[in-house]
Amino acid sequence: MGTASDIKLIDENGLRVDGRSPTELRPIKIETDVLDRADGSAYIEWGGNKIMVAVYGPREAYPKHTQDIEKAIIKARYNMAAFSVDERKRPGPDRRSVEISKVISEALSNAVMVEQFPRAQIDVFIEVLQADAGTRIAGLTAASVALASAGIPMRDLVVGCTAGKIDGQIVLDLGKEEDNFGQADLPMGILSKSGKVVLMQMDGDLSVEEFDKATEMILDAIKRINEIQRQALAGKFISLALERGGE
Amino acid sequence: MAETKQIVMPGDLLDTSQGKPRNGTYKCGENEFCSSYFGIVQVSDQFLDVVPFSGPYYPRRGDKVIGKVIEVGPSMWIVDINSPYSTLLHMNDSPWRTQSGDLKKYLGPGDYVYAKVMSLNEIKESWITLKDVGLRKLEGGHITSVPAPKVPRIIGKGGSMVNMIKDATETRIVVGQNGLIWIDGTPENVMIAIKAVKMVENEAHTTGLTDRIQSYLKELKGE
Repeated sequence: MGTASDIKLIDENGLRVDGRSPTELRPIKIETDVLDRADGSAYIEWGGNKIMVAVYGPREAYPKHTQDIEKAIIKARYNMAAFSVDERKRPGPDRRSVEISKVISEALSNAVMVEQFPRAQIDVFIEVLQADAGTRIAGLTAASVALASAGIPMRDLVVGCTAGKIDGQIVLDLGKEEDNFGQADLPMGILSKSGKVVLMQMDGDLSVEEFDKATEMILDAIKRINEIQRQALAGKFISLALERGGE
Repeated sequence: MAETKQIVMPGDLLDTSQGKPRNGTYKCGENEFCSSYFGIVQVSDQFLDVVPFSGPYYPRRGDKVIGKVIEVGPSMWIVDINSPYSTLLHMNDSPWRTQSGDLKKYLGPGDYVYAKVMSLNEIKESWITLKDVGLRKLEGGHITSVPAPKVPRIIGKGGSMVNMIKDATETRIVVGQNGLIWIDGTPENVMIAIKAVKMVENEAHTTGLTDRIQSYLKELKGE
């Protein structure tokens, strides 16, 4: 919620700067199995975000002192490419990406059946190639698809979405300008079936009513995003079967 | 005619009227069971399983697997069986009269063995043995791999699929439960066999596969 400004984020017709209505998502496209070396992978385009996710494991955890005798540990690494933002980002982990890696690891640990793999680790590499607001939830959404395609047992798929406040109004899925000049941003990660919240952060201020409205919007959008995740996973297998069905 | 079996995602509710939920499922409510994998639903006898499309191999006692020796210790070999955890082969479980310290003479790093999972414990440590009929060091030949959940498809009903590939390509094939496959024969025949195995892997979730593989093999051999 950077600088206060007099930029109008909502026009007189109630549309936003990119022409979306308050409850409209940016276009989302997910592709699975894009990397051969990884055990599972996914590529997501969410508005201007372009993110590649690779999953390795479960495999024995190293260094050995990080092993947990009861369950697997999920090591997510969120990393932004130097060219992913307007001004060159200094490469390497910084305070922000370490924090995002941590919250994503914890969100995914709630979905993956970690207790089946004592002493193991599951690596999730989230590489942001192009950033355009909402990269953490886009990365989380793609990561859960990549985990499922790696054949890792999960209780549920994790779906991420944001809502926020711009020009005093609650809207879904903030874009870059809205994120920079809006008043609040609320990213959430939710288990698609049970509706349990596994990730929630907030930047800026929301009243209780506004928060409730934002949550409601997110929960509604989760269904749409989950449908895209499912299409991405199943698509390849269904089309192969159709192709073969013609024989 | 190929039709797909029902595809499910993690967390999908399963229709338990078809059978008793078994592998790949978890209890997700009062008398409700959900899938824990992205895979297909398979109903056999009175059981309902979810078979994932991919994923690592989880050792089970009695499985016959192909492993690669990765390290030689004073009294054990450490063997990679394509699973999240490596496994151990103790010298007393080998068919040779080994003495502590001379294990390198029999198996070195990079050698493959066809072995049986002897025991495993709660923290997924496992031990394998070479002392049973048919178990041995695999000499020569090529190794290829498929995801472990697809092994039953490679073998086929009563070994029909693998036997068909064996006969058609005149190769010797050993399929490990862990997804590693050892193929021995002339280089051309081995390549044909690998292609056939890869086709089974890619189309494991469709039906009527045996017939298609048969015609594919004929095509590859130029008949």
